[in-house]
Amino acid sequence: MKIYIRSTGNISPQNSLNKDLFFSTRLKTLNNYFKCPEPDYASFVDSKMIRRMSRIVKMGIAAAMTCLRDAGIENPSAILTATAYGCLEDSSAFLRRMIEFEEKMLSPTAFIQSTHNTVGAQIALLLKSHSYNNTIVHSSFSFENALTETGLLLQEGLGPVLVGAVDEITDDRHSILSRFGLYRKSGKSEGNIAGEGASFFLMDSEPGNNPQAILKDVQTMYNPENAAVVQQSILDFLQFNGFNMDQMDLILTAHTGNQKLDEADDQLLKTIFQHNPCYPYKSLCGDYPTATGFALWFAALLLKVQKPPSWMEGYKFPMKNILIHNHTGNDHHSFLLISAC
Amino acid sequence: MSGPVFIAGLGIITCIGNNLSTNLQSLDEGKSGIGKMQWLQSIHQGDLPVGEVKCSNAELAAAAGLSPKLPRTALLSALAAQEALLDAGWDKTSVLRTGFISANTVGGMDKTEKFFELFSKDPAAGKLADVVYHECGAVTGLVAAHLGIRHFMSTVSTACSSSANAIFTGDRMIRAGLLDFALVGGADALTRFTLNGFNTLMILDKELCRPFDENRQGLNLGEGGAYLLLASEKGLKQLNKKPYACVSGYANANDAFHQTASSPEGTGSFLAMKGALDKAGKQPSDMDYINLHGTGTLNNDIAEGTAISRLFGPAYPKMSSTKAYTGHTLGASGAVEAVYSVLAIQHGLIFPNLRLLTPMKEFPFRPVTIHLRNQRVQHVMSNSFGFGGNCTSLIFSAT
Repeated sequence: MKIYIRSTGNISPQNSLNKDLFFSTRLKTLNNYFKCPEPDYASFVDSKMIRRMSRIVKMGIAAAMTCLRDAGIENPSAILTATAYGCLEDSSAFLRRMIEFEEKMLSPTAFIQSTHNTVGAQIALLLKSHSYNNTIVHSSFSFENALTETGLLLQEGLGPVLVGAVDEITDDRHSILSRFGLYRKSGKSEGNIAGEGASFFLMDSEPGNNPQAILKDVQTMYNPENAAVVQQSILDFLQFNGFNMDQMDLILTAHTGNQKLDEADDQLLKTIFQHNPCYPYKSLCGDYPTATGFALWFAALLLKVQKPPSWMEGYKFPMKNILIHNHTGNDHHSFLLISAC
Repeated sequence: MSGPVFIAGLGIITCIGNNLSTNLQSLDEGKSGIGKMQWLQSIHQGDLPVGEVKCSNAELAAAAGLSPKLPRTALLSALAAQEALLDAGWDKTSVLRTGFISANTVGGMDKTEKFFELFSKDPAAGKLADVVYHECGAVTGLVAAHLGIRHFMSTVSTACSSSANAIFTGDRMIRAGLLDFALVGGADALTRFTLNGFNTLMILDKELCRPFDENRQGLNLGEGGAYLLLASEKGLKQLNKKPYACVSGYANANDAFHQTASSPEGTGSFLAMKGALDKAGKQPSDMDYINLHGTGTLNNDIAEGTAISRLFGPAYPKMSSTKAYTGHTLGASGAVEAVYSVLAIQHGLIFPNLRLLTPMKEFPFRPVTIHLRNQRVQHVMSNSFGFGGNCTSLIFSAT
């Protein structure tokens, strides 16, 4: 069965809501984190509701609504949300107040919105949708597992399915993760950049009017013994789907800019990826566990538009097939294969 | 689509017992585990009763073979998961594909609370080791590694329906042929975060909770872990084990009414129960027992009861909420009650709804208040409804 990506909606550190701007201008960051420029949410949600929503909820809703509007679908038959960290801003807010006021005089607002399924729930509430609604929260496999679930739901006859990935940067998250030595030091060019974003997709077993791309397959691999296992698994993944490396017109790689973390990616560049055009997609969206949501959006866009953004030189178009490889800390690996319609 | 999905192993830890047999014994004796807070450190120690697992972290860790420094949710998860695998006779060297699909809502929040005590005053303070397992998914990863499950793992988090959703996720993957074994369920430890959160919502009863009672005042929080080892026909053959029951239907629907409250007519609950019956190919009259979500809040019980009236009336199956025994174990509750539903089928038991004195005046039915033994229990529905309008019903059937 084919999984069509009928439409997409994306909020990222790039101008991803405006295709023309995205193609003409690549945004960079001077900091060691990459925050999303926020759109005017009033075009998506009632302004009274906006005030009560945290950034992750607003970004998720804006991405989801863009996606649904583009396809002209009001009520998908399932809503799947992937998030590694969940609603951090509200979790931190409630936690800080609870500690500061020693469990006294707390208001429920932040707690109510801190639940991991808040984004999916708020989308349902906005659409008045009674459809199947699930939230997957498994680190760098969150989005991949949501895609697997999407495929199974479509196989069962449901469709279309709204599926998305959301994660937000908060001051607390950044401050804590920085202490792990993850991010680039100020003034240095070495080291990775924290990221965030919301990406939603309308997927269906039918193409609809104007599909963007076809999601061929997705696979996860946990804690491979060595680099050879990763390489063989990618080749097996392609072969299982009737493809080989020569047919990959572009590979979106998991490079972060942190030499140590990128050893696994460099190995691939030297071996099975050596004859393929590659692009490090995290240079656009930053590093976060559900960044494959951004990568899938980017791949689907290139396959639909069939021309490179002005800042992406030396890549041959048209493209038929794109492979996305992700890994976090060399233990959570995933592969996604996307083809032009 | 392949054949039925069997339940080949059970494991559970709650405030009424550290394993399957002690849980069954407490249910059979009508013994509730809710009481004064002993292990959780909170200013509410004196005024909010909870259903705590009667062990310190050190005791849980020693029993699980893990470090006592890990989040309590991970320790509860590991203990219940180990029991389910052992009960089924699952062998980690099996070439058949095994997945671990676990649910939780708090992850390592107990340790994060400790970290924030220092971090909130000084961003350079607090031990990083306390936040390594903050994410819900990190807890699952930890336990999967401990159990030796590596083919597939995932974490579901949809508030109070989380582990019910983990159960149908595993069922679906086996039916699709992606797995032969799926260890499904969930765990949640009591934390100050959730206790205070529910307290701000003013839905905690300061006395022992009374689900489906006219004078109910709210819920009591509990904690625990529960898992079911689901097996394909091929998997079951390899285990050489008589299954407890099979998963015969499920559905998830959204209430789409309010972030934390249920619609008065129980739209989401109705659609979940109806959808599960349709998927199982059963009529309402086929159900022998409903394990209610029955939290004891004014709002839940009226919404759930209204949906049941619409769907089942006037011929009501036997029903009860077991939350008066365990408290509301949040992310674990769907799996805890799935295990109880399977025990009901296995032993022909209907567990009484404890402390129900005055049935709700809105409904013509009343939950079971006495022990019923030697019952014919072929089909059981288990309800789990959560924040964000997330409503799930599961149906288990005798094989």
